[in-house]
Amino acid sequence: MSIEQQAKGGKQGEVRYLTPLDIDTKQIVKYCRFKKNGIKYIDYKDAKFLLYLVNEQGKILPRRLTGTSLKYQRKVSVAIKRARHLALMPYVADMLK
Amino acid sequence: MNHYETVFILNPVLSEVQIKEAVQKFDDYLVSKGAEMISKEDWGLKKLAYAIQNKKSGFYHLFEYKVSGETITPFELEFRRDDSVMRYLTVRLDKHAIAWAEKRRLRNNASKK
Repeated sequence: MSIEQQAKGGKQGEVRYLTPLDIDTKQIVKYCRFKKNGIKYIDYKDAKFLLYLVNEQGKILPRRLTGTSLKYQRKVSVAIKRARHLALMPYVADMLK
Repeated sequence: MNHYETVFILNPVLSEVQIKEAVQKFDDYLVSKGAEMISKEDWGLKKLAYAIQNKKSGFYHLFEYKVSGETITPFELEFRRDDSVMRYLTVRLDKHAIAWAEKRRLRNNASKK
């Protein structure tokens, strides 16, 4: 929106900036923590580690947030479901962290 | 002879003797079926993440063994029949899992010493 257009149609209370906004849209590069650290097996018994991959309500975090690859995301979900079966992890929780 | 790992939870109201008996019973069952027991772990009394049979805690036990495939279903039948066992889970271990279990055992022994 050049300044003249703003001046012309400025009555709707549009905010005008003298200097252009520089919103940082650079995407932080996500990586699969299992491939990077060379973890081959995700153990369903150590619940402490699995808590990293679960949100506050105990739900499994999606790949788009954790950045894990498909192959390891499946292993993670199997491990978490086994841990839940053995009551090492809750099915539903609040303020899990 | 496949590699298996079983975790089961015993009722917390059991006395010390009954727990030993139950664990011994499953152990003997496996050995009688020609299993090769690799490791037995007792995690003791642990708090459950949610109530099972409205109990808040349970005695966890881990068996790791090698046995032929067809003994698993009757073995799990034993678990179902025994009402002191609240929950059980048998998992077949692939090569990565075996390597991990090996590493985990070394770490536990090292930390225990």
